[in-house]
Amino acid sequence: MPSLFQQIQAGALWDFHGGVHPPVRKTQTSSKPIANLPLPDRLYLPVRQHIGVAGQLSITTGERVLKGQALTFADNSMVVPVHAPTSGTIIAITEHTSPHPSALPETVIVLEPDGADEWRPRQPLNIVSCDNQTILERIQDNGIAGMGGAGFPTHLKAGMSQPVDYLIINAVECEPYISADDALMQEAPTTIVKGIDILCKLLNPKAVLIGIEDDKPIAIAALKAACSQREHYYVREVPVKYPSGGEKQLIQLLTNKEVPAGRRPADIGIVMQNVGTAFAVAQAVLDDHPLISRIVTVTGETLVHPQNVHALIGTPVAALLDFCGFQAEQRQKVIMGGPMMGFTLPDLSVPVVKTTNCILAPTATELPDAGPELDCIRCSSCADACPATLLPQQLLWYSKAKDHDKLQEYNLADCIECGACAYVCPSEIPLVQYYRIAKADIREQQREALKAEQAKARFEARNARLEAEKQARLARNQQLAAAREQAQQQSGATNAVADALTRIKTKQAEHAAEKTREQILAEREQKKQQARDYQAQKAASAKQDEPTQGALSADDSSATKNAAVAAAIARAKAKKEQAALTADTATTNASDTEQPGNSEAIDPRQAAVAAAIARAKAKKEQAALTTDTATTNASDTEQPGNNEAIDPRQAAVAAAIARAKARKATAKLEGEE
Amino acid sequence: MTLITALLALGVLALLFGALLGYSAIRFKVESDPLVEQIDDILPQTQCGQCGYPGCRPYAEAIANGDDINKCPPGGEATIKKLAELMGVEAKPLNAAQEPAVKRVAFIREDECIGCTKCIQACPVDAILGASKLMHTVIAEECTGCDLCVEPCPVDCIDMIPIPVTPERWKWDLQAIPVKLVE
Repeated sequence: MPSLFQQIQAGALWDFHGGVHPPVRKTQTSSKPIANLPLPDRLYLPVRQHIGVAGQLSITTGERVLKGQALTFADNSMVVPVHAPTSGTIIAITEHTSPHPSALPETVIVLEPDGADEWRPRQPLNIVSCDNQTILERIQDNGIAGMGGAGFPTHLKAGMSQPVDYLIINAVECEPYISADDALMQEAPTTIVKGIDILCKLLNPKAVLIGIEDDKPIAIAALKAACSQREHYYVREVPVKYPSGGEKQLIQLLTNKEVPAGRRPADIGIVMQNVGTAFAVAQAVLDDHPLISRIVTVTGETLVHPQNVHALIGTPVAALLDFCGFQAEQRQKVIMGGPMMGFTLPDLSVPVVKTTNCILAPTATELPDAGPELDCIRCSSCADACPATLLPQQLLWYSKAKDHDKLQEYNLADCIECGACAYVCPSEIPLVQYYRIAKADIREQQREALKAEQAKARFEARNARLEAEKQARLARNQQLAAAREQAQQQSGATNAVADALTRIKTKQAEHAAEKTREQILAEREQKKQQARDYQAQKAASAKQDEPTQGALSADDSSATKNAAVAAAIARAKAKKEQAALTADTATTNASDTEQPGNSEAIDPRQAAVAAAIARAKAKKEQAALTTDTATTNASDTEQPGNNEAIDPRQAAVAAAIARAKARKATAKLEGEE
Repeated sequence: MTLITALLALGVLALLFGALLGYSAIRFKVESDPLVEQIDDILPQTQCGQCGYPGCRPYAEAIANGDDINKCPPGGEATIKKLAELMGVEAKPLNAAQEPAVKRVAFIREDECIGCTKCIQACPVDAILGASKLMHTVIAEECTGCDLCVEPCPVDCIDMIPIPVTPERWKWDLQAIPVKLVE
């Protein structure tokens, strides 16, 4: 059993599943020489023409640029810059319809050519003497992206670190109508081979396989002649079948290897480059000629001169069509790309970009609109035609049902969107469109899932941060409180509040101790004694001063009964008043107000009478006083009452005197107030 | 005698296997995702609080405790469907009347911003940058479009603007490309 390499060397070819045979219609352009397009009035250069991110603008509006001057620069490896296709002035940096099926506006640099076609200084590289990194930088700086259709940055593919067994040059060009690569191979086979040489230097493969469909005999002969000096370059003619130019299909055709789902050819030691890319690499490295033009097939039966043209990047499609004698029909559609994988342009101002290989302007009979979509009849032609061995019917059901899990289970991601299934479908179901919608939905969903993940992480991080801040604040407050306490203790200054509290407590305790009955009695006895002495003194002096008053008091003492009655009345009054008083003055200490009551109980009868009267007076006084001055101590105001209510036996006289005094005092107090 | 031997043998075997099963149940236990985690994974993580809970996780906990599954406007019908599947309940129509048809992000009109930091405090995902008395701005990439910053702004300088459709985000349009050829 010969090894794979031996089989490849022996010229073995394999086959891939499915595929279709649409009419190729390439002869109307492939046999003609490549025409040069006149300079258009305006060039519209989208800043992003590849898969990846747009570069940073390095020019401003109004600036004059030279041919080949970079208009954007790369700040990371996913950027491929764009260059001025001719010398001229930047007249605007604006939004313009993009060469994309969505036709959404994209940032575009508008260049007005000055006709001088003046080159920037160029520095060709000597690939023998320079290292791979320099070559790769040159490839990136000269804006080379895959020219087969996807536009993957070439420097990334050519700079793989994985070991490469086979470098495959894709010159199949399987899609109907398109003959741009065919024309290029016929005109510049030696430059292409030089480009392959550079790619070989970068990748160092065991063998180079050049795949060409066998309906391009001139190109095959030209390439075979150009490759004759290289012994590990093999030109392989593959039978005409669509889509043998698909990356995975061509790998299977030439090496019988299958790229696993979700992996890239590099993972199985294969790198594939388009033949146009090889040409562009040769130009970029050997001539320092950036990717500023490409060959575009302009074809279709509405054109008088369908042909391949050298078009500057940024040339509006209308300029290409006019050059080829475009005679538009009613409801004319113009397709960018081939009839199988291309898309209809919304208007003809869309520019040619690095990946544009064909402009197709067919007549309505040549390429009619799809008929109405009918129901699937389960004929399974699509499954037979699918080059990726998928199950298009199942995918259709799940796409319609938006069952994304099932779609992924049925490997929708492996669909290359070649359109073979839709081509064979007898019900004219636009299967690919359903898959594209479903793919976009899945991508959107994945993007959202990723975003949700990030949002969740940020939300949780924020919560954690807030919690940590809260804890830190708490801890700091506690620490500060502790520090303050310590500082106070150290400075000897005791807590003022605590001190005040202890003082109050001791006072209260003292107060409570005073209130024991014996003490109260003793105190009261003492006060009575003092008052008695005072009264005696006063009485003595009063007798001396006013004998009439003494007589009066004598009358009073004789009428003790009357006095008792009066006293009783007075007491009743006093009680009433007291009740009123306690209601009025809530602040008055209850024990204090009761004290007089106690004293009365102790006093003998007559004393009680006098005392009651006196107290009544005092109460009146107090009432007047307390309403005015709430802070006045009740016990103080009552003291006079106590003083007066002291007399024992002969109290009647004293009581009368006291009453008089009290009346006087009241009058005096009232007068004062 | 044979009867007893058989019973004994079977009993011993039963014990042995029981012990083996018991051991392997503990030793080889498969850590299943707790329910709350699973629900939380389905929720869109906008942290918008439109469900009435402060964030997606609290709502996930509430659902696990039996709350309705139809309170998440940003998630829409798709989320409800998934939740219904997970919880084994009937999918209900969305509770809130308004469902944002387009994804939006907050945008601060920067010359009107007074730098009060109120929106920064309101943002559940820390997507607003700025400092006191300095202009604030929204990191559009991180914004979940939850609207929570709009209300606190004292000068009403925050707009919710729809995310523009780019070619990358664009969804294919049926009938855009004719694929049929005439022989």
